Amino acid sequence: MSNSYPVTVTINGKTIEKQVEPRMLLADFIRHEAGLTGTHVGCEHGVCGACTVLFDGKPVRSCIMLAVQANGHELTTVEGLAESEDKLHPIQNAFWEAHGLQCGFCTPGILMTLVPFLEENKNPNEAEVREAISGNLCRCTGYQHIVDATLLAAKKLNEVAE
Amino acid sequence: MKPAPFEYHAPTSMDSALELKAQHGDEGKPLAGGQSLIPAMNFRVAQPSLLIDLNDIPELRHITKPNGANGASAVHIGSMTLQSSAERDSLIAEHVPLLHEAIPNIAHPQIRNRGTIGGSLAHADPASELPVVALALGARFRAQSSKAERWIEAKDFFAGLFATTLQAEELLTEIAFPTKTARTGYCFTEVARRHGDYAMAGLAAIVELDANDKIAAAKLVYLNVGDGPVDASAAAASLIGKAPEAAAFKEAGRIASQEDMHPFGNVHATPEYQRHLSAVLTERALATATQRAKAA
Repeated sequence: MSNSYPVTVTINGKTIEKQVEPRMLLADFIRHEAGLTGTHVGCEHGVCGACTVLFDGKPVRSCIMLAVQANGHELTTVEGLAESEDKLHPIQNAFWEAHGLQCGFCTPGILMTLVPFLEENKNPNEAEVREAISGNLCRCTGYQHIVDATLLAAKKLNEVAE
Repeated sequence: MKPAPFEYHAPTSMDSALELKAQHGDEGKPLAGGQSLIPAMNFRVAQPSLLIDLNDIPELRHITKPNGANGASAVHIGSMTLQSSAERDSLIAEHVPLLHEAIPNIAHPQIRNRGTIGGSLAHADPASELPVVALALGARFRAQSSKAERWIEAKDFFAGLFATTLQAEELLTEIAFPTKTARTGYCFTEVARRHGDYAMAGLAAIVELDANDKIAAAKLVYLNVGDGPVDASAAAASLIGKAPEAAAFKEAGRIASQEDMHPFGNVHATPEYQRHLSAVLTERALATATQRAKAA
């Protein structure tokens, strides 16, 4: 099948342009065409949440979206969170300090889910955090440290805001 | 590449979308939010030869409350309205409380940010929430083709497992959800193993009380216990004229779970367990709906 479409998309503030087949998934576009391998691909059918990215600021699953559908839109991936190589995002710092990850495979998806969640909910309780990450599977941590890290992240973000 | 190859069209107007549908019929698969279709394509369970992506048609995304003829009032939702937009919409929250209560049960926020109201309804998954809400409220579905348009009643829209009465050349463009009425209470509830998972059982309950606080009308519609949303008409009929009390609720739950439904069971719940859950949820939903009817 030779039909290919031009896709222009802004990822983490940088605009890239590629020709892709319409059947290329957005997750594969991000990894193979844009070369941003921080977005992980787990189940590839929209269950595990590892591939979560921000699409025009909202978390979506990039494995069940077509790359052509991102044409003209803005994406943020986990690579877009840290200010610089040595200055992590407050949520990333909180995950580091509170041991919010073990193998780290699910972490990018969880971070991209939590960024908009914590913007909307400045002081979430534990139950709200658990519901917020209910669409992200983690096979290592048992979630407790992820929840702890998220609560710590909320605190850090509030301190930054003050 | 996960999905099989297909031809892709992303029309930017209703007219061109309907033209494509007229041209390609069943071969032209509409792509709404893609939250069910694309996973199926990734597994190659679905291999559409041509996709008509409806995401670039702004007129399909709207939530309005037009003044209805003869006092009938409904909130009209464009079929491509995102579930997350509907979830936060104040018109829906105020006038269609059952829909407002049901939407957060649809999968996870990431899914609702892409998933659409019309897409979920046209997909007609018996395990999904929106068909249950639509059937319970008696929503109406606007089906348009390049030549004509018609409105389909909810009871005539769902036609079994993943099937609707939409014709090959038609697109679902709008759904009208009747607004809440006086002395009527609504409740949506379900049980899933984890929030956002497919529910093992669940229902929408509507209770209308008369001047003497007796039940004047009732509706009970269940998910995931049949090949579509299951309207438990015998259970609902058993409530009419009765005082809204625990004994009547329990009996309605018994009738609904034992007579009105024929659950298949699945990997997480046997048919017996689905019946049990449905009965218990019926009692809870009726109690909540009654409370709300008294306050309405």
